[in-house]
Amino acid sequence: MMIISSKKRYDLPESNMDVDHSGKNLLFAGVGGQGILLVSELAARAAIHAGFDAKKTEVHGAAQRGGSVVSHVRFGPKVYSPLSPAGEVDILLSLEQLEGLRWAHYVREGGLIVLNDEIRVPARLTDKSVEYPQNIEQFLTNKGYRVVCLDANSVATGLGTYRAANTVLLGAMANQTGIEDDHWKAVMKESLNPKILDLNIRAFEKGRELVRVYHQNAP
Amino acid sequence: MINKHFLSGNEAIARGAWEAGVHVATGYPGTPSTEIIENLARYEDIDVEWSTNEKVAFDVAYGASLAGGRALVSMKHVGVNVALDSLMVTPFAGVHGGFVVITADDPGMHSSQNEQDNRYIAKFAKIPMLEPSDSQEAMEYVKIAFDMSEQFDVPVFLRTTTRTSHSKSVVEMGEADRKLPKKYKQDPAKHVVPIYGKRLRQNVDDRLKKLEEFGETFPLNTIEWRSKEIGVITSGISYQYAKEIFANASILKLGMVYPMPKKMLIDFCNQVEKIYVIEELEPFIEEHLRILGVKNSRGENTIIGKDTIPQMFELSPDLLRKSLFGEDGRKSFDAEISVPLRPPVMCPGCPHSGVYYALHKLKAVVTGDIGCYTLGALHPFNALDTTFCMGAGVGNAFGMEKIHRGTMGKKLVAVIGDSTFLHSGVAPLIDIVFNKGITTVILMDNSTTGMTGHQQHPGMGKTVRNLDTYAIKYEELIRAIGVKHIRVVDPYDLSDTEQAIKEALALEEPAVVISRRPCVLLEDERAKPHHPYEVIEELCEECDLCLKIGCPAIGGLDAVPYISKERCIGCDLCAKLCAFDAIRPIGQEAVS
Repeated sequence: MMIISSKKRYDLPESNMDVDHSGKNLLFAGVGGQGILLVSELAARAAIHAGFDAKKTEVHGAAQRGGSVVSHVRFGPKVYSPLSPAGEVDILLSLEQLEGLRWAHYVREGGLIVLNDEIRVPARLTDKSVEYPQNIEQFLTNKGYRVVCLDANSVATGLGTYRAANTVLLGAMANQTGIEDDHWKAVMKESLNPKILDLNIRAFEKGRELVRVYHQNAP
Repeated sequence: MINKHFLSGNEAIARGAWEAGVHVATGYPGTPSTEIIENLARYEDIDVEWSTNEKVAFDVAYGASLAGGRALVSMKHVGVNVALDSLMVTPFAGVHGGFVVITADDPGMHSSQNEQDNRYIAKFAKIPMLEPSDSQEAMEYVKIAFDMSEQFDVPVFLRTTTRTSHSKSVVEMGEADRKLPKKYKQDPAKHVVPIYGKRLRQNVDDRLKKLEEFGETFPLNTIEWRSKEIGVITSGISYQYAKEIFANASILKLGMVYPMPKKMLIDFCNQVEKIYVIEELEPFIEEHLRILGVKNSRGENTIIGKDTIPQMFELSPDLLRKSLFGEDGRKSFDAEISVPLRPPVMCPGCPHSGVYYALHKLKAVVTGDIGCYTLGALHPFNALDTTFCMGAGVGNAFGMEKIHRGTMGKKLVAVIGDSTFLHSGVAPLIDIVFNKGITTVILMDNSTTGMTGHQQHPGMGKTVRNLDTYAIKYEELIRAIGVKHIRVVDPYDLSDTEQAIKEALALEEPAVVISRRPCVLLEDERAKPHHPYEVIEELCEECDLCLKIGCPAIGGLDAVPYISKERCIGCDLCAKLCAFDAIRPIGQEAVS
């Protein structure tokens, strides 16, 4: 029997963000190698599939060697700068806690932060040990963000491999983007290797299931 | 969605070049340019190669152009420095088939040793330069560049930056118009430049005047008229930022940044109340406007440009708002909570770790080179004294030895990767032998071009399309140069690696130690079974010796180091360092 280790239920705090169709700024963060670029690619493609203009940007190269990685996705009727300004991101998805904290100021007040419960202590720059910040989830909640912290690694491991943690988190944020379900599924089919497609769709759905969203306008 | 594709600037350039009928494409890997050649290699009807270095790439592509084919050469900004000797002479000789030179600049130095604005190289070499601002333009500009190259008989630069190369946006593809190469025409009076250069010289400047005139009505130089209170002059990615922050301004966008259209610029400035120049890095456009003495509609020559906008690193909408309007964006929280940096690190099981562990132990003076192994400069190895640019380390070491042969000569080592060695490390090694040096060089052969993502090189026996080819045998090459002492080691064997370096250093002759083990990220290596290790808590004495190997899979916040079983590849290096036998493959716990 497959055991899905999801002890908590991850209810979103009440939303003040209407899910609209005018476009969004999304930010994807994590440590090089965690699969950040895959989910940011899926998000941008889903937006285009839904009829939006979209741009995506990140830096490749040295950063992939275990460094900090961030990918911007913007979509709307027409997008100019691929980079989102600080304080104007609607949703941040981070595959690692410290990386979520690092980019949180890009999120607008009341914006959504979907955080993976993973801690990866950065490499030391000196002999002094790294001071990894404590209680990141609480800190960000106190800042007025809507924060969801998921143990996506365990959920993904339960589905087959921890590597699908990225799609679990993507599923958890998907219905706050204003992009309908069909578009997400369609781009996954288009972009993913058939070998990993089924796993990723299950991970995506599991992520959606775990986050119950109550927003003001919901029936 | 029909015909709409989501492409990076680099993918779009490849598509555009294919549509334009490019016959030959060459390059050397370098961020942010690498994916151009990788994507071109997917089109079977193009002859594509990774060349030995950028100068070779340039010469091969230029040869193809002179023979009548359409040719493209691709490199990062510093690659143009390597190819510069060849580039400078081309406006004298001109082209036959269209010839496009891609320079991918890296403002912000995301993956480069320096920041340089290659628009100045266009001006220096007297070659026209186009600059796209998104992927759609990248695709279209390449096609126009080929046509312009043939029309004006000159190579045409296409400049991207990291943000245009690596950002993705929606592209509507065009139709392919692929023609056969033209017939070769012998023309020594045009192509044997040292003999006929004086005669060819005049045309270099006459052509520029024609190009400047052409730019006045060139459809890629555009004006979007809105309010005339503010007039913005911009190009490339900066155009997108300008659109973001100036909703109602008139914008003159230069699709061709060199040469610039004099009349168009003067007229535009005359009609607007305030002139803004939004450009990344140097004041290239601004300087030109100042030379032209442009005036705004009030007759003043005030230009808002680099006096307020930073002249270094990348621009962004945030940075422009701050510098132009004094608006502070939302600030990071690092004043309230610790947000430690996360520098890139060597991978778990990286073969370079073994070499750097030995060099750190030997307290060697080490001149480095360009590649993943530059990370050896960081904690815990702190093993590099210098690193500058491709191939520099070997010559640097020999120069140091000339000053301190008696003392430092015995501790001095140059480290260089396999791809970098073939790019530009062979010539300085010849110099060491030729001039009676005693330098020790460590060739870190990980069987690939690691840093840029595993591109093929002449030591690998595979072409850009993974076809079999001859693989250079380093031992034979180095022996032929005249190095007698050559030792091959496995960097996972820490004591042998240390011993081999010691032996080499003790000699009164040049020596090469080849550290040979494939990059752990190569597909074949990843496919091998990995048995992760763990720390047995009861045996661990918390001495932290295992951390000296600098592996990102071992560490954590507790006194007893923790090994991530997802990331550990079972290389055994940390276990070798452990004096208490506390690190063992998972499942082999302490005997009860």
